Amino acid sequence: MLKILKYSFYDLMRSRWSYVYFAFYLLLGVVLLFLNNDLSKAVITLMNVIIVLVPLIGTIFGVMYYYNSKEFTELLLAQPLKRSSIFLGQYLGVALSLSMSLILGLGLPFIFYGLFKSTAIWDFSLLLVTGTFLTFIFTALAFNIALSNENKIKGFGYAILMWLFLGIIYDGLFLMSLVLFEDYPLDKISLIGTMLNPIDLSRTLILLKLDISALLGYTGAVFKQFFGTNFGLVISFGMLVLWVVSPLMRIIFKSKRKDF
Amino acid sequence: MNKIVLFLAVILMAYPSYAQKIEVCGTCAIPSLKKGIAAAKAYDTIIVKKGTYKEHGIIVDKPLTIIGENYPIIDGERKGEIITVISDNVTVDGLFIINVGTSYTEDYAAIRIKRSKHFTIKNLVLEKLFFGIYLEKSSYGKVYHNKIVGDAVEEYNSGNGIQLWYSNHIVIEHNYVQHVRDGIYLEFSDNCLIKNNVSALNIRYGLHFMFSNNDEYSDNTFENNGAGVAVMFSKKIKMLNNVFRENWGTASYGLLLKEINDAEIRGNTFEENTIGINIEGSNRILYKNNNFTNNGWAIKVRGACYTNRFLANNFLYNSFDISYNSKVNDNVFDRNYWSNYTGYDLNKDGIGDVPYRPVKLFSYIVNRTPETIILLRSLFIDIIDFSEKVSPVFTPDNLMDNNPLMKKNLW
Repeated sequence: MLKILKYSFYDLMRSRWSYVYFAFYLLLGVVLLFLNNDLSKAVITLMNVIIVLVPLIGTIFGVMYYYNSKEFTELLLAQPLKRSSIFLGQYLGVALSLSMSLILGLGLPFIFYGLFKSTAIWDFSLLLVTGTFLTFIFTALAFNIALSNENKIKGFGYAILMWLFLGIIYDGLFLMSLVLFEDYPLDKISLIGTMLNPIDLSRTLILLKLDISALLGYTGAVFKQFFGTNFGLVISFGMLVLWVVSPLMRIIFKSKRKDF
Repeated sequence: MNKIVLFLAVILMAYPSYAQKIEVCGTCAIPSLKKGIAAAKAYDTIIVKKGTYKEHGIIVDKPLTIIGENYPIIDGERKGEIITVISDNVTVDGLFIINVGTSYTEDYAAIRIKRSKHFTIKNLVLEKLFFGIYLEKSSYGKVYHNKIVGDAVEEYNSGNGIQLWYSNHIVIEHNYVQHVRDGIYLEFSDNCLIKNNVSALNIRYGLHFMFSNNDEYSDNTFENNGAGVAVMFSKKIKMLNNVFRENWGTASYGLLLKEINDAEIRGNTFEENTIGINIEGSNRILYKNNNFTNNGWAIKVRGACYTNRFLANNFLYNSFDISYNSKVNDNVFDRNYWSNYTGYDLNKDGIGDVPYRPVKLFSYIVNRTPETIILLRSLFIDIIDFSEKVSPVFTPDNLMDNNPLMKKNLW
């Protein structure tokens, strides 16, 4: 598995897209930090970008990589290798290279900016951690979709649809149900609703560190009690890990049964 | 008239020269403040030496100057009120008063001025108190440089730091009040000036006005209170250059206005409050040159607010700039700087060419269903906010700043 991981990783490192992705974050980081004099504002803008773009890139890259390396995968399948290690190796190669682009691209400008001396370091590391989680989650989901669809066009379509659903449509439905059932106590429902969507969960985690004053408005008590404590933080990260692990299980399960 | 003034002046100048000094100390002939007052004649000065005096129910019934040397401690042993002044022209200076009694039927105070005029209370330190300085139907007094540190936990069994009741023309300056119910409370008190005070960590309000008109408060700092300042049922209050900070909580405001007319709010700073200003039933108020920074809501308009003017303020990085719960708008927003403004300025006159709409659809939704706050900064919310901005349906369509500034207001 490690060999395949290494191969996928180096393959991606050589590809142009990784550099573009890296350069994009580098530029974003530099522009935000050096043209904007408010650090917490920069972190908020970064969050907006991360919770939208990281899942999108993860999804598209995952699907694209799977379809592109299909012939190579078939070659590998002819070798005496465990199927799970082939697919997990490829998956980890993609996810790791994407996370590296993200962490280095955003991390470097922040280090030059003098982040280690500033108080925003925790907000920023939280941002990077959730960004990495999102990359892992959405690459895994993309691999699932690609594994289940032989047809490239269909696969891409489903992948984009999934991103659209989790990124935008889910929030719309969530909002509608909250407004519809406004006569009922909604604290717990909204908490569960947040937990079920990795994008919402990451957003809330970051927001609670930043916009806390607004969230502490009259409804804040339950959220604060939950997310503000270590228990809530552990549960939230546990949920994110679950979001990584469960699609991975399906990759292993599916790849074992798939007829190539 | 002139003769009377001259007469008064002569008396005022003449009296101190006849005044005697009386010393009170633990080992002196006069071992207690009560005996000191009994021994003194009008316009005498009583000097209280350093030491601890276990006394309560001290009544000052003649014009005296009471001065503490090195902060002598007057300990009320929680038995009731400590000093009650019932005479005009009394000065109390430099005492350390502790352990005021708590009662649910009477408002015991560390020092109470009752139906008196021309008093001065300064340099007092009050601790373990119920009410601190209580001015009752007294006017033309000064309250300077006092430090009041309470230990209030609940609203129902705690008192206020400085309370004014039917007291006019009072000057309250350079006081420090913390951990009481209301830092400074004015009820039926007109023409008072409250300046350079710090009111922090109070359970209810830092400063509270009720039915008080023509007052001014300026250069004060209100920090970490239940709510910074509550101004209710009052007219013509001036609020200048105050700082409202970190009034955080489920129902916390920097400034709460309820039934306020013709006030002026100028040059204040609102920083990191859950709600910067909460406005209800307030008319003809001028908001000018204020800074709203990093608040949850900068201004929350609840209803029945007409002909208010918001001119040349800075709205910086608030989660919501303005929240409105009706479709009717009669208030004017002009020449403010909004950090969320995304327009352009082609003719370079420093004024954005596109009007700014400070009320977002999302703030309207959050008003209706508070739990939806969990979707703050979601992409979906940004999209619906944008569509509402393009064609307003739920928010008042005439509520906009026609001349949003491109750069921060400086003054």
